[in-house]
Amino acid sequence: MAALLLSGAAGCATTGGGDPRDPAEGFNRAMYSFNETFDQAIGKPVATAYHDVVPEQGRYWVRNFFANIADLWIGANNLLQGKPLDAVTDWARFGFNSTIGLFGINDVASEMGIEKHDEDFGQTFGRWGAGDGPYLVWPLLGPSTVRDSAGLLFDFHFDPVLQHDPKGVRYATVALRATSKRADLLDASRILEEAALDKYVFQRDAYLQRRRSLIYDGNPPRASRDLPRAEETAPVAPRSEAAPAAPMSTPAAATPRAALPPHLDSAIRLLEEPAQPHPGDVSGSSGS
Amino acid sequence: MFAKSLRLATAAAAAAFAFCLGAAAQEQSPDALVKSVTLEVVGIIQKDVKDGDRRKLISVIEDKVLPHFNFTAMTSSAVGRNWDKATPEQKSRLVDEFKTLLVRTYASSLAAYSNQRFDFRPLRAKPTDTDVTVNVRVLQSGTEPVQIDYDMEKRPNGWKVWDVRVAGISLVANYRTEFDNQVRQGGIDGLIKALQTKNKSLEKPAAGAKK
Repeated sequence: MAALLLSGAAGCATTGGGDPRDPAEGFNRAMYSFNETFDQAIGKPVATAYHDVVPEQGRYWVRNFFANIADLWIGANNLLQGKPLDAVTDWARFGFNSTIGLFGINDVASEMGIEKHDEDFGQTFGRWGAGDGPYLVWPLLGPSTVRDSAGLLFDFHFDPVLQHDPKGVRYATVALRATSKRADLLDASRILEEAALDKYVFQRDAYLQRRRSLIYDGNPPRASRDLPRAEETAPVAPRSEAAPAAPMSTPAAATPRAALPPHLDSAIRLLEEPAQPHPGDVSGSSGS
Repeated sequence: MFAKSLRLATAAAAAAFAFCLGAAAQEQSPDALVKSVTLEVVGIIQKDVKDGDRRKLISVIEDKVLPHFNFTAMTSSAVGRNWDKATPEQKSRLVDEFKTLLVRTYASSLAAYSNQRFDFRPLRAKPTDTDVTVNVRVLQSGTEPVQIDYDMEKRPNGWKVWDVRVAGISLVANYRTEFDNQVRQGGIDGLIKALQTKNKSLEKPAAGAKK
């Protein structure tokens, strides 16, 4: 099925003067418009109602419940990426939150200082050396790339919520999870709306930057000041960044990581979370 | 007697405050600067800003945050290779419009602030470095920490921010493609016009809600 989807995307017409990272821009913009329309009609109104009706404490429990389930495979991905200590941390979180935290609805682990990570199979493949591949936008799932789409197939395959039986419970749970995610993005999507001149481009670039950062756990090697800044030319000073250019192609990335500050994994829920089905990433108008 | 000693204490506090400000401009390390400005702004928001009052937020940003940003550097970096094609007059208009847009967006981000905690990371740099990255992490129970990186450069008038990366997304880099597209379609003036239109649309209170 993936092959079919991918070839469908690749076969689509491109628009002129396009970005080399986005050869399927025509297809992607169509999907983006669909997502925007869906979000305006259903995603955002439902999320807004959920936000207004359910008290903050309830939304906190729902958010944590799903975040706790996700920690299981986040740990597995950390292990696959050669970060066994992080994996142990993730599973310790799952252990504490599932028991003391009452089935995960309370994030007691964070209060104990055990921080949450953000990992998925797309990041694991990236860590193993896979490049982004062309940018892709999927209906309802939002921004992705060829690599992250392949990752999604694995994420979905192992997702306990998506595997849950009976089907009725499964669909209700998936809908609740999507609603919770979208509700958490209400502020972010409003800010995106304000910040962007062309939301499609802004979202795409943010997604690609964000994924790159995630693959390096918040410390991507940076080509800083890659463009001349005219009269603001800086005195040339050696960069003092602690992060060495971690070789992406090293499967056991434990060695370069050891030099990084621990737990710099970062996350924003803006423009990403492709590992989970949720209706569109942003709200907004019908395009530029 | 009591009133007098109180006044004296106030004067002393004011003097100490003024001294700190002077010292801040001269010697404060970049990480200490980020920390003091962040805590000050958050303190004001928690005390004085009711219901995300945008005008108040914008004035706080203009007073407290803007002096520490190098907007010319940010704008030239975001405009990228087209920067050299702009006349000095176009450049100054670009800087003004971009600054306005960033301040508005920043105000919205601050309006969404709800008592998250900050983790100010120690600076990993040598005292002689003039170009550093200051890391701050925003912690919230139930979600991953959000990392904010301030790229700062030592200028004659103190440390100035020239890029902000939120969760790995560089603000300057994220505008680069957008700006490039605008310039390709309408030249530098086209970009200025697009920014002006955007800023005007944000002046209305219900901006962005419906179009």
